[in-house]
Amino acid sequence: MRDDSVIIKTLGLKKYYKGESIKALDDVNLEIKRGEVVVIIGPSGSGKSTYLRSLNLLELPTDGAIIFNGVDVADKNVDINIHRQKMGMVFQHFNLFPHKTVLGNMTLAPMKLLKKTKEEATEKAMTLLKRVGLEDRADSYPSQLSGGQKQRIAIVRALCMEPDVMLFDEPTSALDPEMVGEVLELMKQLADEGMTMVVVTHEMGFAREVADRVIFMCDGKIAEEGTPEEIFSNPKNPRTKQFLDSIL
Amino acid sequence: MKEFFQDFKDEFILNFVDGNMWKWLVDGLKNTLIITLFSLIIGVAIGIVVASIRSTFDKNREVYKRRGGWFYYVQWCLNALAQVYLTVIRGTPVVVQLLIAYFIIFASSRNGVAIAVFAFGLNSGAYVAEIFRGGIMSIDNGQFEAGRSLGFNYFQTMIYIVIPQVIKAVLPTLCNEFIVLIKETSVAGYVGIMDLTKAGELIRGRTFSAFMPLIAVALIYLVVVVVLTELVKILERRLRVNER
Repeated sequence: MRDDSVIIKTLGLKKYYKGESIKALDDVNLEIKRGEVVVIIGPSGSGKSTYLRSLNLLELPTDGAIIFNGVDVADKNVDINIHRQKMGMVFQHFNLFPHKTVLGNMTLAPMKLLKKTKEEATEKAMTLLKRVGLEDRADSYPSQLSGGQKQRIAIVRALCMEPDVMLFDEPTSALDPEMVGEVLELMKQLADEGMTMVVVTHEMGFAREVADRVIFMCDGKIAEEGTPEEIFSNPKNPRTKQFLDSIL
Repeated sequence: MKEFFQDFKDEFILNFVDGNMWKWLVDGLKNTLIITLFSLIIGVAIGIVVASIRSTFDKNREVYKRRGGWFYYVQWCLNALAQVYLTVIRGTPVVVQLLIAYFIIFASSRNGVAIAVFAFGLNSGAYVAEIFRGGIMSIDNGQFEAGRSLGFNYFQTMIYIVIPQVIKAVLPTLCNEFIVLIKETSVAGYVGIMDLTKAGELIRGRTFSAFMPLIAVALIYLVVVVVLTELVKILERRLRVNER
């Protein structure tokens, strides 16, 4: 049974450390639909980053299934590398390749993995760079860019692979405050274009404005989920209430 | 003063010019450089292989274990072998290794230079392996994750993303290993190889005057090392410029 409107589904996802003494993820079930923007919030250590990183198997789950495009990528016989091409990921610390130019960063994977020619890859990269207004930085090295520019490049680098879903792991947490806006603006544009996004963030304004659904995680479990309205204006779970009170 | 210069001249002629003994020093230096260069090539080859085995196992232990099967055990065995190699080579003196190579492993061969290249190469490989492994470990794990998240497999990530950064990081250290190796090969005379040190010794044995040949040998080593050190400095500066 394959439901085409669901792009990622996790079933009973568990991640234990040290036997079973630490449960980073404790039976997480979630369905993410195509085109949906899901924002995951929660206190630190709640498992939200672990959950996001499990989706493309940067963290290996202890148990459970991750159905992506109808395939259980957590199955140890599945070649995860092929599926990772379709899941773009953006990291807190950008992780641009310092030995390559901006253009080199963006064209490496399309050329090596999608077997695009240099011209095709460059053309695609330049189109994306123009979109984010950084086409004049194409030949710069990452060390010459500001934090906000680095993160925007990291986002378009992921987009060069034409992913089905974009995973954001606290994309603005390492940025100076004045640079947060430009990154969130780009993410908002992506959302408006219908990109499926899973975002772990502390930017409640972004969650409220852009998210279709907000997930509140706590102690490795989904404590509450709902529309931004429901979560922010009328939280039902006392832990959600407590968390929102502490940060807003 | 004049006497001193006359003595100096006599000594010089006695030690280097008579019987064309300066040629021994040239031959010795040639052997020293040959042994060093080829040892380093072997050392780098061994080092890359051993460092790859060690860091591949360290970084993928969890994945391999989960997947199970023979691949994990092959990796485990290779890693264990690499560990034994590193421990043995780094735990015993290079002279002893050279003697073992010459009198036990290649007892039937008398090609001293080749045996020395083998022994010093094997020895250097252990140190180069640790240099490379340190380089790989010094690369931020985020670089691996970024590569993997784009869809590269482990080896592609290493080749396209990690290794270029590692080479940049370890090149100066590697050149220093070369400089260290030049001096280490001075024990090659233990098995009768005519390297630079041995050449000086032979002259001393012939002329019974120690000062001239030994100081000359020391100076030659010094000049070679100083020149190479300067080259490494230039290289380091170049690498730094490219980053900007």
